[in-house]
Amino acid sequence: MIDLIYLTVLFPLLGFLFNGILGPKIRSEKVIGIVGSSAIGIPFIVTVGALIQTLSLPVDQRLNIATLFQWINVAGLNINFSYQVDQLSLLMSLIVTGVGFIIHVYSIGYMHGDKSFWRFFAYLNLFIFAMMNLILADNFLLLFLGWEGVGLCSYLLIGFWYDRKFENSTTSSAGLKAFVVNRIGDFGFLLGMFLIYSTFGTLVFTDVFSRAVAFDVPEHIFTLIALFLFIGAVGKSAQIPLFVWLPDAMAGPTPVSALIHAATMVTAGVYMVARCNIIYASAPTAMMVVAVFGIFTAFLAATIGLVQNDIKKVLAYSTVSQLGYMFLAMGAGAFSAGIFHVMTHAFFKALLFLGAGSVIHSMHEAQDIRKYGGLKKYMPVTYATFLIAATAISGIPPLSGFFSKDEILWYSYSNLGIIFWLLGLITAMFTAFYMFRLYFMTFEGQEKFSAKGGSEVGGDHHKLHPHESPKLMTVPLIILAVLSIIGGFIGIPEIFSGEHGNIFHSWLAPVFKLAEFKMMNISSHSHFEELVLMIVSVAAAASSIFFARHIYLKKPAIAEKFSSGFKGAYNILLNKYFIDEVYEASIVKPMVKGSENILWKIADNKMIDGLINSLAKLVGSVSNNIRKIQTGVAQSYALVMILGILVALFWIIISYS
Amino acid sequence: MQIPIEYYLVLSAFMFSVGIVGVLTRRNAIIVFMSVELMLNSANLALVTFSSYLGDTTGQLFVFFVMAVAAAEAAVGLAIIIAIFRNKLTVNIDEINILKW
Repeated sequence: MIDLIYLTVLFPLLGFLFNGILGPKIRSEKVIGIVGSSAIGIPFIVTVGALIQTLSLPVDQRLNIATLFQWINVAGLNINFSYQVDQLSLLMSLIVTGVGFIIHVYSIGYMHGDKSFWRFFAYLNLFIFAMMNLILADNFLLLFLGWEGVGLCSYLLIGFWYDRKFENSTTSSAGLKAFVVNRIGDFGFLLGMFLIYSTFGTLVFTDVFSRAVAFDVPEHIFTLIALFLFIGAVGKSAQIPLFVWLPDAMAGPTPVSALIHAATMVTAGVYMVARCNIIYASAPTAMMVVAVFGIFTAFLAATIGLVQNDIKKVLAYSTVSQLGYMFLAMGAGAFSAGIFHVMTHAFFKALLFLGAGSVIHSMHEAQDIRKYGGLKKYMPVTYATFLIAATAISGIPPLSGFFSKDEILWYSYSNLGIIFWLLGLITAMFTAFYMFRLYFMTFEGQEKFSAKGGSEVGGDHHKLHPHESPKLMTVPLIILAVLSIIGGFIGIPEIFSGEHGNIFHSWLAPVFKLAEFKMMNISSHSHFEELVLMIVSVAAAASSIFFARHIYLKKPAIAEKFSSGFKGAYNILLNKYFIDEVYEASIVKPMVKGSENILWKIADNKMIDGLINSLAKLVGSVSNNIRKIQTGVAQSYALVMILGILVALFWIIISYS
Repeated sequence: MQIPIEYYLVLSAFMFSVGIVGVLTRRNAIIVFMSVELMLNSANLALVTFSSYLGDTTGQLFVFFVMAVAAAEAAVGLAIIIAIFRNKLTVNIDEINILKW
């Protein structure tokens, strides 16, 4: 099945072509939905087959490269379309195709009746195509192809409902924002790629990484490469300072938020850092930068998430925060812990988004959690699965989030220091708090939705009856809920499972072997400490859940009191630290004004146009005078000709005599 | 006694000059046309002269070509003149000056 790995890229592409070209003619949601979903389902089966085959191979032969064809071969730059099948890429492929398939199926139900049903599935398939290229690439350029491809699909899908309003503008401007912010990151990524090529003379992963070990490269080069690549990751994975696009990305349909802006695409940055683990391990400074950016993003996003009132906004900031966790893990050198969190996060965050989608669906597009409440009895499946996901993300054992999050906290304590751990712990508390705030305000308590219907989009004014979503939507929820519960068991920490008992770590260990060897910071801390920290973090999470329950279920007045008591802080958080406004004032405004007043009105209109126009005027006025020579009288032309001949004759006669 | 070559060439040059002056000064297109024929024939005369003096028949051969071309040109030219006359009721070439700025 490893040789067939190209099918995982081919089928989504075929699905995209089918739905994109024939979709508008077919118009049957059944056909489009089945084709779109199976274009992801078949790759999932192929990936499982490749996994089984890889498992049967000895550990040192688990890295296979399947070359499709030569792509670029010019002046020593040799790049193939070839896919690297190893432990890391297989794992990511499983997440992308598995979660992707579930979300595709869910989308059939969610997008039912949409006028551009086919377009949605075409874009989703194109996204999976690009994402699989990103994951399976065996060189930086092919990775970059996928990297840009997912960015494009993200843009297309954020602006999917281009005719809808979003906040103060339109969804397409939200898409544009995502695209432009990602460009900044891509710029850094390109620089990193150039530097890699000039340093190592190749872009193929295996060569670059073996040369990174073999060559005697100064550390500052590694630091530069690592930081440039990290800029790319910051853009794609929505870290400070480029995270502003992700909350706006919620303008897209909810399955898109679940698939692209929570489970898969935004983790591409984490994946890339993990893939380049040896480069980061060779640059301790860059590692520190990654860790600091990660923890601050996690913390800041969590604080913003505390006060947001839009169900998807809370989840968006939660995603930013969890991505910060993953980068914290990367910075701590705990690459496999970070990837572990990528996986568990994909499960429970996709579940949260799909649950939110289910709620939004039944509430007729209303997204304000202050208008929900008491939905438990109307939507039992959504309620139960949402509760599981919220518990998982809060880090309550034995759900999956507990294992991955605690591992990251432990590594940040042992490799980075207690401050990182403390900030991580506070973030975890905040996470538990805002998740359960969301949960209680949505599913418990009093019904706060009006009987008139909360929708200003749909325009239907009939009475609002919350109802459970169809099977097509609830079954994916149940599958993801099961994964959220059991997903953590493949990565049970060694204090519980004994030496080499952590299946997840031993599976990924060969990928990170070189980096681990280079860092050599095997923790000298005892298992006792780990256990204590674990108990502390679980206790912290549990207490914030009870705190949230107390405030939002028992005494809603307390929340009011808090927000009015700390009005300044509350407003700062509600307005997301005014980061958007700061960017607007410091970058966007000067850019727009500068472009308008200097580049457009002066440089273009006055200088460039002026130059061209005056040149044209000069030519015009000169020829206006010269053309008078053309009298139209044949004899005057003949006279000039004869005079010319006479001059020529005299010239010849003079020069001969 | 042979007539010296200068006689022929002077005559030829004279005819050519008359032709030029005719082309440049006359207003009637047909006379301009005749002047052009005069210039052609002066060239013919020079060709025949040299042919005779050098004992080379190539010059005479050229004269036939020139005469043939001149005949064709005259046919086309006269046709054009007639066409113009039908349109503008004149053949004065200083009045036929529409091909200008």
